[in-house]
Order: sequence, then structure tokens, then C-alpha cells
Amino acid sequence: MSIRGLLGGAALGVLLVHSVAHAAPKGVIRVGSKSFTESYILAEAAAQVIEQVGEARVERRVGLGGTGLTYRAIESGAIDLYPEYTGTLGLVILKDPALRTPQQIRARLDTRGLTISEPLGFTNTYALAVRAEMADRLGLETLSDLARHPGLTAAFSSGFMERADGWPGLQRHYGLWLANVRVMEHALTYRALVNGDVDIMDIFSTDGQLERLRLRILQDDRRFFPDYAAVLLVRRETAERFPRTWARLRETFEGQLDDRRMARLNAMADLDGRPVPGVAAAFLGTARPASGRGAALVTELYALTLDHLVLVLVSVASAIILGLPMGVVAARFRRAGQVELGVIGMLQTIPALALLMFMIPLFGIGKGPALVALSLYALLPITRSTYAGMIGIDRQLLEIAFVLNLGRLRRLFRIELPLASISIMAGIKTSAVLTVGTATLAAFIGGGGYGALIVRGLALDDTATILAGAAPAAVMALVFHALFELLDRLAVPRGLRREAARVL
Amino acid sequence: MITLHGVTKRFGDRVALDHVSIDVLPATTHVLLGSSGSGKSTVLRLILGLVEPDDGVVLVDGTAVGPSTRAALVARMGYVVQDGGLYPHLTAYQNVALGAEAQRWPRARIGTRVTELAVMAGLEESLLRLYPRELSGGQRQRVGLMRALMLDPPMLLLDEPLAALDPVVRAELQGHLGRLFAELGKTVVLVTHDIREAAVFATTITLLTAGRVVQRGTFADLVDRPATQFVTQFLTAQTLAAGAPASR
Repeated sequence: MSIRGLLGGAALGVLLVHSVAHAAPKGVIRVGSKSFTESYILAEAAAQVIEQVGEARVERRVGLGGTGLTYRAIESGAIDLYPEYTGTLGLVILKDPALRTPQQIRARLDTRGLTISEPLGFTNTYALAVRAEMADRLGLETLSDLARHPGLTAAFSSGFMERADGWPGLQRHYGLWLANVRVMEHALTYRALVNGDVDIMDIFSTDGQLERLRLRILQDDRRFFPDYAAVLLVRRETAERFPRTWARLRETFEGQLDDRRMARLNAMADLDGRPVPGVAAAFLGTARPASGRGAALVTELYALTLDHLVLVLVSVASAIILGLPMGVVAARFRRAGQVELGVIGMLQTIPALALLMFMIPLFGIGKGPALVALSLYALLPITRSTYAGMIGIDRQLLEIAFVLNLGRLRRLFRIELPLASISIMAGIKTSAVLTVGTATLAAFIGGGGYGALIVRGLALDDTATILAGAAPAAVMALVFHALFELLDRLAVPRGLRREAARVL
Repeated sequence: MITLHGVTKRFGDRVALDHVSIDVLPATTHVLLGSSGSGKSTVLRLILGLVEPDDGVVLVDGTAVGPSTRAALVARMGYVVQDGGLYPHLTAYQNVALGAEAQRWPRARIGTRVTELAVMAGLEESLLRLYPRELSGGQRQRVGLMRALMLDPPMLLLDEPLAALDPVVRAELQGHLGRLFAELGKTVVLVTHDIREAAVFATTITLLTAGRVVQRGTFADLVDRPATQFVTQFLTAQTLAAGAPASR
């Protein structure tokens, strides 16, 4: 009975209130970005412009990840606008190397309900960077020179490793071979490169850190990398519905940002550690009310805490609603139960991040798919502990229930579930504490929560921001643990409690 | 009336009961006596329909016990096990009331019946508020007995009901149970390894060893006309072990 009370309790209430609060009114433009500094800055600047025009409300869904994710987000309508590059659009998205000019690309995007602005001015092409000191020592100037040094170590972002216009194509074009190539999170590679753990990394030509870190770009002497002129990619219906906004965005951005200016903006965020909204305001020439980083962070943290709570509560509640009956069924039908537990166990072996990624083709991005993935992930501890609790019940007590003619339902709710409650509660506790941690990954598919800070911190190589996301998550895990200890007292029947104390 | 007719029961390779036939007459107390592994508890479990015979038939009031009949048949039985078999998460009162609740008895009727049973079982009623772990072994067993008698079933099956109790409590409860069985006129099947318990309770005793019936009869029959050497051995071994002189 106590467990049923738990189900109907607080979690669902919070869910309802929150989903009402989140219902999107008309007139919203969802601005997205990929998860690297430049994309954040451009998206934030665009968001600020939209706010200034006042034609629509802005929802920021920034830091969605790589090209695949972000493009799928705009295609599915989860976001309405994000900064993209012509080279990427042509080669990766439309997969046609013949598409070079913005006009060609725009014509092709038309059938997909999308359009692009004119180029913003700068081109951000891929490049390979090495330490300047090493370049001098080895006489490295061009990509062709690399062929003479197969012993160098490279670390590339996963996007660069996969893309036709990345390492595979480059390798073929220059006939390069390196003994040691690995995939690394881009923001972390800088340090590895500076420390000498890695010799070569992929980099963007507008990278703000090039100069400061004493890195040198190897020249693309045989013209492999296509043009990556930055543009704003937007859903056509959005551009048509908010014509004043779209006109102002084009006016503000088109041709206004050359390479040097973009590199400076990137450096402001990456090297000077200025918050992205401030950098965006600096570009727009608007003085942002200097609310101070601390105050802004507190407001943001509050919102993210609610966000994170919803992620955890809803997914654990769904996992209970789903996992408890599944555990009961597995205990009753042992053979089918083994199959069921096996399948759930397999789900658990999928890395959480990968599971989140699997959700995208099925459910798109955002909170919904994140909740589905987190619920699946929270399932195993609950199902297993319910199963273990049920099969651990003394057989004699079950036989007595039969002789007492209790009937199935009464036996389940009055006898079996209460007797299994210690084990079930332990499973729910484990699941909740785990989910607090796993939920930080939701931000990688635009699910929000504390992870948003971690993703941003990673992209900006800003340890303080990463900690601002990680530390509250740890605190929340502790709070959940304490709350569940309390809940144990309520949900576990009094007659079992001393036994509980003995078991634990 | 409970009848086992040529019943064989195997668990894997082990033969628990080998062509066992037993008749339990109405309103008598039938003791199944034997050491552990003799198959005596299996007989109870067969009567309750918790296990099915591999061969032979178990009849309760003329109906064969089987998957389709057992639910209706257990409604006529009360079941008492060692140490009470109480649900630890329910109070003694809730344990006793379970069966009546399932039959949707009104609360007041349950209360009246529980009071009646408390008197019958010699248990102070205030103790019923407590959880099983807060009760003594003897108290737990009285509660178990109350629970079995709640719906006043005509048959009572007891599996080593006194085995977990210390000697003083055991002797006291023994006397109490004996009087109760006689008073209520129940058909009782009691499983025990304790020869003195058999002597106190039994109208008829069936002595089992290794899944076979060795002898059937009154206590006096077993003592005076042992069917085999084993019967005498079984009787004397226990009385000797208990420090009492062998009977006759």
C-alpha cells in the first residue's frame, strides 16, 4: 500500500505542474547551436537580436552536440534556427560535393523547408594545428609535410574522424598515414596538445586559442578543405512568420563578421572566460545589463535545478510504474522473467550517452527522448530488486497465503509487495541516485538540467562552468539519498523495520 | 474425512512417499509420526494441494485434491506451522483477521470472532496489537492457531506446531491444544517427530519412515504390539534421549 502511495505521490504532481508551465505559447523561436564556442556565441547573439525585435519569444536550446544532432533538430522542428557552415551543409548534410555556393545550397534546402542567410563574412574551415615549437623543429609548414612524419600522434574530434571532409578524405587526398590517431573531446585536446601528449589536432581557422597557445596551422597546400562560410540556417516557416525578425537577423549578421572579428569573439569566451551572453552583446554593440556572472548563474542554477528534478522524478516515477510490475511478472513466470531481465540488463550495458543518442531518430531531441532514455536506464535496479524481493519471500509464507484463500490481488498487495518492500525500496533508491547522475547527460540531446552547464563548460573549456553543473548534481544525489532513507521509514512496514536495519 | 490412497510422491530421484495409504476419520486427531525425512510433512502438503501425487489419489470429503478443486478444499482447512508462520509486516490481529477480510466479513464480526479466539487460545487480547517479532514463541504459536481457526474450518492441519518452543511452554500449550481439539470436534492431522506429543494428542498414529508406513494404530498399539523392531527402537530412542525411563 505504501508503495502505491509513493507512486501516486509527489513525482506526478511535479510532472503535471511542470508540463503545463512548459506548454509553448505561440510566437516562439527556438534557437539552437552546436556544442562549440563559436556556435554558442552566434546562437546567443541571434537570440538577443530576436529578443530586441520583440516579435517572438526566444527559447535557447544551445549545445545540442555535433552536426548530425543539430541538423536533425532543425529538420524535425525541435529548433528553428542555428548557425551552420556552407561546407558542412553541402558535404555532410546534402552530401553533394558539387554544392559550393550559398545559392546552390539554398535552392536544395528549399525542398526541406529550410533556408539560409547570406554568408556572415568569416569562413571557419577545418585545419590541422601543431605546436609552433614542434613545427619549427621538424620543418612542418604544410599538410603535405605531414607525410614525412608518420610517428606523430593525432587526436581528432569524433566529427572530424567520421566526415568525408575530415580525416578520411584528407588522408586520401594527401596520402597521409599516422600510426597513432585517436578520438578525443575537442575542448580537452588543447591541453593534451600543449602538454605534448598529442602532436596534431583538428581545429577551426577562427579558433580563438591559436595564438595564445602558440599553435600553428598547417597550410592546406593541395586545397582539400572546402569553404566553410558561416550562415544562419533557419526553418522557412519561421523566417516567413516573423519577417521583421528575420530581416533584422540578416541585417545584423550578413557580411558583418570577418575572420579576425570572429576569432576575437571566440578568444573573449575561450581565453578571457567571459560569459557567452556578454560576448554576444559585445558583438552586437549592446551593453548587456551587467547583472554580474554570479547573479546570472544563480538564476540559471535555479531553473536548471527544477529542470533536473523533473528529469529525475519523472524518469524514476516511470521506471517504478513500469519496473515494479515487470519485476512482479518476472518473479511469477520465472522462465519468461529470465528473458525479460536479460533484455533490461542489456539495455543497461549500452552506455548512457549512446542510449540517449538512439532516442533521436525515434523521438527527436529535447526533454521527451531524454526522459525515455533515462526511464529505461532507471528500470533495471527497480525491476531486479522487485524480482529479488519477490523470489526471496519465504515459501511457507506464500503457502499460508494460499491456504488462507486470500486471492491473487490481496496476496500481492497485502503480503508479497510488503514483504518485498525492503528490497524494492533499495532498488528505487539506487535508481534515483543513479539517475541524478545520468540525467546530466540529457543535456547532450537538448534535455536540459545540470548537464547544460557541463556541456557548455566542456565546449568553452571552462572548468568553473563544468563544476557549476557537476557539483549541484552531486549535492542533489546526496539529498535524494537522504530523502529515501526517510521514505524507507514510511514505506517499509513497521514490523519489518528492525529486520531492515539488520540487513543493511 | 481425509483419505490417501496408494500415494507415491517423488522429488527428483528421491522418493518422499511410497504407496502410502492413510484414513483420517472425522472428529479424530491423527498424528503423523516420524523422524525428519520420513515424508510426514509431504502428506500434509498433499492434503493441502501444495504438491500433487505422482501416483495414487488424495481425497478430501470424497473429492480428489487437484488443481481445479484445491482452492475450494483448502477453505475447509486451517493450517498451522512451526513458530506460527506469521507475516512479520502485519500485527498479530491483522494476521488473525486476514482470512476473514478476504471473505469480506464486516469489521465488527471480525472483532467479535478474534476476541472469542483469544479466549480459546489463551492469549491476552492486548498482545494482538503487537508485531510477531515482539511476541514470544509461545504467543506466536497461539496467534498462528487463532489464524487457522478464524473461519472455523472443520479440518485442522498442524506441521510440528510445538517444535520451536521451550519445554515449559510446550507442555503448557500441549495440554491446551489437546483440550481444544476435543472441545471443537475438529478433524485434526498433526505432524510431529515427538513421541510424547503423539501420545498426548493422537486418536490414531501413523508411523512413517523413509516414505513408507511402518505401523498404524493407537499409541498403545505401537507400544504393546510393535509391527517391527523399528517401532520399538523409535519409541525407546526418544524416551531415552529425553532422560525418562523407557515405557515398560
